[in-house]
Amino acid sequence: MSISETSNPRGSGVDRLRDALPKIVLSPTVAIVAIFVYGFILFTLYLSFTDSRILPTFGWVGWQNYENLFRIRAWDTAVSNLVIFGVLYIVICCALGLLLAILLDQRIRAEGFIRTVYLYPMALSFIVTGVAWKWFLDPGIGIEAVVRGWGWTTFEFNWIKDSDMAIYTIVIAAVWQTSGFVMAMFLAGLRGIDSEMMKAAQIDGASTFALYRRIVIPQLRPAFMSAFVVLAHMAIKSYDLVIALTGGGPGRATELPATFMYSYTFTRNQMGIGAASAVIMLMTIAAIIVPYLWSELREKK
Amino acid sequence: MAAAPAKSSVNWARIILYVLLVFFCIYYLLPLYVMVVNSLKPLSEITAGGMMALPQEWTIAPWLSAWSSAQVGVEATGLRPYFLNSILMVVPAVALSTLVGALNGYVLTKWAFRGSTIVFGLLLFGCFIPFQMVLIPMARMLGLMGLAGSVPGLIFVHFVYGIGFSTLYFRNYYAAFPTELVRAAQIDGAGFFRIFWRILLPSSGPIAVVCIIWQFTNIWNDFLFGASFSDFDSQPMTVALNNLVQSSTGVKEYNVHFAGAIMAALPTLLVYIVAGRYFVRGLMAGSVKG
Repeated sequence: MSISETSNPRGSGVDRLRDALPKIVLSPTVAIVAIFVYGFILFTLYLSFTDSRILPTFGWVGWQNYENLFRIRAWDTAVSNLVIFGVLYIVICCALGLLLAILLDQRIRAEGFIRTVYLYPMALSFIVTGVAWKWFLDPGIGIEAVVRGWGWTTFEFNWIKDSDMAIYTIVIAAVWQTSGFVMAMFLAGLRGIDSEMMKAAQIDGASTFALYRRIVIPQLRPAFMSAFVVLAHMAIKSYDLVIALTGGGPGRATELPATFMYSYTFTRNQMGIGAASAVIMLMTIAAIIVPYLWSELREKK
Repeated sequence: MAAAPAKSSVNWARIILYVLLVFFCIYYLLPLYVMVVNSLKPLSEITAGGMMALPQEWTIAPWLSAWSSAQVGVEATGLRPYFLNSILMVVPAVALSTLVGALNGYVLTKWAFRGSTIVFGLLLFGCFIPFQMVLIPMARMLGLMGLAGSVPGLIFVHFVYGIGFSTLYFRNYYAAFPTELVRAAQIDGAGFFRIFWRILLPSSGPIAVVCIIWQFTNIWNDFLFGASFSDFDSQPMTVALNNLVQSSTGVKEYNVHFAGAIMAALPTLLVYIVAGRYFVRGLMAGSVKG
């Protein structure tokens, strides 16, 4: 319900100004979003159809950049890495988050403290996480060296230096950072479940396991949806962590679309191709986010 | 709700439960432990394979070096100037985006007009776009505005892309605020700003804290904008930390890197420890309910 409708519609200029005031207050934001979000999206979209190299230029080349993009091996690597990373990241975060939430929901002692511990990595920068895990996983000084120092001299853990395995180190660090957050989302979901229903099922003799599988987990569906959307969009945007942890290497083994876009645009002077890759990232995120926002905003009405 | 395990197995189930809980505590705390202990020992102890051990010789030299003399990029300034850059960047950006977000939330709930849900939806979508999409035009725009490679430029960028989330917080909060109070004040002759100032703002404490913490954490931790739009002397802490770790020529001073990483983490970590409840609320409001 709008309040402004109830005030006098016809009046002096002052009155009209007063009626327009809310819109005037909102207008800078509308202008900023129109220019810096949607205008910029259109600009980058346009650039992706041009021959831009070091600087934006406006020679139209049609779908050329997109065709080239899909012929570049590094883009291929980036996309398949994103699929591996994204799937593992989402699945492991959800599984771990759900497990931790269920563990924490057993009327345990010191719940507040443990929750704080599980969630603190969310407060850190991905660069900090990257630095910590970079040296922790480094075979020269990290776990490998430590375990060998303990006497197991053939122990090997050099994934971060191995082009086939390095992408999994990104998963390890990213899961460490975000799984506590997923735990918090599921815990909120668990706390919202009707306890009467649980009691009834317990009286009927359902085991704890069956209780969770049949009654609790199906009711967490909204929390799963939110977790999926948040994690998927974080996976697609992942940039800082890769830069800090592996720098995209060894070689280009841990390249993701976000790092690809940056290097093609700003260091390889292929701005048109960089813009095309950004457009594809946007489309992927939009395919996930738009239906979600749509349903959330419609529910509210 | 918790399910009470059957009586006969109470002890074992509980023991396994606590073992698991402690195990995961160790998992989450281990990297922090590694950072802290290794920032307090001489380099030789780390390279000798003692990463997990407590320091044999305790020293704060790595901290001093990371703060004021380590090589960051081309200059041996330590991280201090970049820490200051981050503070200079974060404070105005947080204040501006929170203030504007509060006003937007007020308009979108108490003065809603036709199409305001669409405006909000468009605003919200802007929070989720991959920022790669705006890097190229933003670099040009900052150049045109004369803000390229400067701290004010970064303030501007963070302000612009921070509005969406702060509007989201205040809108959802004000939506639950009784509209009757606003209406009554209006009948008493109070105007738009007076109502905001005297009625909504005094009860906005909790959501303001949530919003400020969210913006502070996000902007402090940002790397992409910092790396794209700063010069050597305007880099924020995250970019400088990355340079410190990646570019060190010669011997890699792991202990200095860890000390630097803790410095970059400390402000947001302190906020989290002091006001964790609000931080979690912000996370949830930013994700669970649009």
